Amino acid sequence: METEIHKRFMSRVRLPSRRGLLRALAAGTAAVLAPRFASAQAAAVHTRPIPSTGEQLPVVGLGSWITFNVGNDPVARDACSDVMRAFFRAGGRMIDSSPMYGSSQAVIGHGLEKLKGAEGLFSADKVWISSGSRGRSQIEASRRAWRVPRFDLLQVHNLLAWQEHLPTLLAMKAAGELRYVGITTSEGRRHREFEQIMRTQKLDFVQVTYNVLDREVEERILPLARDRGMAVIINRPFREGELIRKVQRRPLPAWASEIDCANWAQLLLKFIVSHPAVTCAIPATSRVDHVLENMGAASGRMPDEAMRARIIAHVEKT
Amino acid sequence: MSEWWTYSLSDFLLFSPRTYYRLFELYNRDIWPAHLLALALGLAILAMWWRGGAWRGRAVAAILAACWLFVAWAYLLERYDTINWAAKYFAIGFLLQAMLLIGGGVVLDRLAPRPASDPFGAAGLVIFVFALALQPLIAPLVGRPWAQAEIFALAPDPTVLATLGLLVAAERPHWNFLAIGCIWSSISGGTLWTMQSPDAFLMPAAAVLALSLTIWKALRASSERRSSASGPRKGL
Repeated sequence: METEIHKRFMSRVRLPSRRGLLRALAAGTAAVLAPRFASAQAAAVHTRPIPSTGEQLPVVGLGSWITFNVGNDPVARDACSDVMRAFFRAGGRMIDSSPMYGSSQAVIGHGLEKLKGAEGLFSADKVWISSGSRGRSQIEASRRAWRVPRFDLLQVHNLLAWQEHLPTLLAMKAAGELRYVGITTSEGRRHREFEQIMRTQKLDFVQVTYNVLDREVEERILPLARDRGMAVIINRPFREGELIRKVQRRPLPAWASEIDCANWAQLLLKFIVSHPAVTCAIPATSRVDHVLENMGAASGRMPDEAMRARIIAHVEKT
Repeated sequence: MSEWWTYSLSDFLLFSPRTYYRLFELYNRDIWPAHLLALALGLAILAMWWRGGAWRGRAVAAILAACWLFVAWAYLLERYDTINWAAKYFAIGFLLQAMLLIGGGVVLDRLAPRPASDPFGAAGLVIFVFALALQPLIAPLVGRPWAQAEIFALAPDPTVLATLGLLVAAERPHWNFLAIGCIWSSISGGTLWTMQSPDAFLMPAAAVLALSLTIWKALRASSERRSSASGPRKGL
């Protein structure tokens, strides 16, 4: 069974050899920890280059969907700040949000202020409004909520009015108001149109859903991103926790230690970030212990193609 | 706007159940002791409805309108809007309902009650008493703290349910007064269902019950009109 799945998987996905994969990740493993956040506990994290500039990004970022939308609750806001502090200390850089996520942007801004800024921060946000002419004002409102001078990356959220927003984002990039431009989708929505935009537009980033059970993007989008030189952010790595709950009914297999995984979250994340086209995954959490678990997936040995097939087979029969 | 069809109900659940219920906890803490006033208003409605009086329909409509306005401002705009960008649209709906109650109930006096001995009058009052006295108990009954209880006149669900009860207990069917309450009940039920809350069924079930009773009441009134109209002709 495993061999069959492995063959099917390998026929769809072009993966490097184990040695090649490890060499690539080792090359990307860099001292990305800003001195401010370096700590005794932080292991060197694997990084991947953003193809359009070569800038290195840690392979695990931090999402904010649901988990950071805590309104004005001071206790919950401080808990989110603690998550951000732990994330940066463990070597994380990219935080992703959207105006669609309620108070998440303001909660990130609260956290950044509490942490007195974040030298290593890679700020990724989105524009999500059906009116193209109101895109700029929404972006400005988002920037004020984050309390940052500018965003590193802005993406058109779920392709909403992308024809109007992309020219705005590209103009902002040209004017130096923004470093990178991208588009997003999730849960397999509108992949055909997504691919078409990837083929015709000059994008730095794309963001899609990918995890051990949702692997449709392996077919065309991930190879296309490699061909077009686009960085790939992966959302819903745990299907909003559903995947973790499913696999945790069974003990972590003993062979997980071969790739330095101490828990299911790390195994599932290492499956994602070991795909050669993936730049980083952005699991969301409101718990410090979970963010530390997630960041653990950014270091140590990574699965090769045989181990990836083994993870798929194991989770699919769970 | 063709993109909207790609979203599912769960895509609009922007917050965790913990955040949602914690919002009620912080809200209750901030507005205490408004709960005592809310309880007094509920009891006043009950007393007026029960005991009669020429102004009772107008007075009850005025109190209900004030409750809907307070929920729109204090809860939906000031609190819920911090975690749900759709809350401002819900607040507009609550404002509209308050205006309907003022226009139809206070100005035109169309919220005349049925006697409690009438089956619709009794059923409506049971719904009202449930919203006033039992709905706040749901939080502790399903394992949430007392501090997260939802109270009539302060939180949307019991305010809507109490209004639906009084509309069932009213003399005539009021379809325009029912509409917003039923829409809110489906929104609330959908939100709680997406959060897998055990009480998710309550508001949609209450709306279906109120609608069914109102349809029944309308059919019975229509049949009574027909029989009273045909009666005298037979006599002639």
